[in-house]
Amino acid sequence: MREVAIVGSGMTKFGELWDMSLRDLFVEAALGAMKSAGVDSIDSIYIGNMSAGQFVGQEHLGPLMADHLGVAGVPATRVESACASGGMALRSAYLEVASGMSDLVLASGVEKMNDGADVTGVLATASDQEQEVYYGVTFPGLYALIARAHMEKYGTTEEDMSWVSVKAHRNGAKNPHAQFRRVMSLEDVMTSSMVAEPLRLLHCSPVTDGGAALLLCPLDRAHEFTDRPVKILASGAATSTLALADRADPADLDVVDLSGKRAYEMAGLTPEDIDVAEVHDCFAIAEICCYEALGFVERGKGKDAAREGITDLGGRIPVNVSGGLKSKGHPVGATGIAQAVTIIEQLRGEGGEVQVEGANIGLAQNLGGSGASSVVHIFQGV
Amino acid sequence: MPSPRYHREIPARFRLEAGKCAGCGRVSYPARKVCPACRGQEMEQVKLSPRGTVVTSTVIHVPPDDFLNEAPYAMAVVETAEGARFMTQVVDCDPSTVLPGMEVDLEFRLIRKEGKSGILCYGHKGVPGSV
Repeated sequence: MREVAIVGSGMTKFGELWDMSLRDLFVEAALGAMKSAGVDSIDSIYIGNMSAGQFVGQEHLGPLMADHLGVAGVPATRVESACASGGMALRSAYLEVASGMSDLVLASGVEKMNDGADVTGVLATASDQEQEVYYGVTFPGLYALIARAHMEKYGTTEEDMSWVSVKAHRNGAKNPHAQFRRVMSLEDVMTSSMVAEPLRLLHCSPVTDGGAALLLCPLDRAHEFTDRPVKILASGAATSTLALADRADPADLDVVDLSGKRAYEMAGLTPEDIDVAEVHDCFAIAEICCYEALGFVERGKGKDAAREGITDLGGRIPVNVSGGLKSKGHPVGATGIAQAVTIIEQLRGEGGEVQVEGANIGLAQNLGGSGASSVVHIFQGV
Repeated sequence: MPSPRYHREIPARFRLEAGKCAGCGRVSYPARKVCPACRGQEMEQVKLSPRGTVVTSTVIHVPPDDFLNEAPYAMAVVETAEGARFMTQVVDCDPSTVLPGMEVDLEFRLIRKEGKSGILCYGHKGVPGSV
């Protein structure tokens, strides 16, 4: 396999973007990535997208997006793994460049959620239709079941989860791309309306429109396009059971553990080597589970991390300096790419107000469903 | 839900039919073609006992459209004596009392209605245990 670098990135504002369509979001993000690398042609496109078919009634995104980007003719394919679609699209692009098949590959993600679809119903299709949705469970409900299991096993509390949301908003308030750029107090979180016990509204990521894109090329060509390339050290992916009830233990996101181990092994690194990370906080409990599964803290200690500042800016391992899915927003198919965009900026020293000093190695973890698929990438500034 | 799709699920939903792996004894509910524990493909049909224990639970306050009139309602992962786990609602009690460790009986109930004139869809729900 060839070594692969990221040489360009682009991203739209995240939010309720009533003036932008699915294709507008893709084109703005893709042009941003191409312009930042100074390229006007590419060899191939991957588009992470969970459910344009249900959100806006549009399938067959490959040719649509290639055409609107003005590069009709290049191979272009949609990649789907629910909310991990973006991360899986990056993995596909990485493999295509690493294999030697193509040199300049665009890894993108896009989702248009605010065009009138029944969002709760669409998101639920990432879980088991026959065994879960049939009986009336919602996506927040599935993570609430994980939260209660985590509370039973490790003594995690509602306040522990609330500190994760407080941290997310403190960081997101400084992110110009974020959907909700405002600080939230512990009281704001703990008095927000109940969605699925024990999860309240401010433990849940919002419904978001957005797009993000990265340009990949072989490492030995990277300096043709940028002075500050970022190398992809590893890509680790894993699956677990689709239905939560079929997992060995609903308290732990074992799929994150497995994808993380594969990435660490490929990179020859340990959790202690990571300077900055973006993890999939679709719900506050998921971030706590990810701390543990990725080895940032011991099992059962995830509950203390946000409260004690371990994962805050200036902490031992800053997590979700972008504001995470909670504050930045969660356009499901775009999220995995957007996480990587944040890490790339950090490793290039372009993190602005939330720059982690001296960050050299970063990790992005993207989760699908209630913990059925996960992909972890590790990056290094070179 | 088109009726052929609903029809296929009737043995599991109406009669709690499950599959037991002839190789390792693992019970899967609903039955599967391949055992998730040992990959064995020889399955014997078994019926779950209609009671179980709550493994984890939640109370849904913001429901899907089809369940608007029922919220707030409790949902739980329930484990039966055979070791099978599945998702179901737990009803006929204060939903906040549905917590891990609770014993429930499984009763045949209406689960949902498909639209204004669709078929009525049945299955099992948990109720507070009688023993």
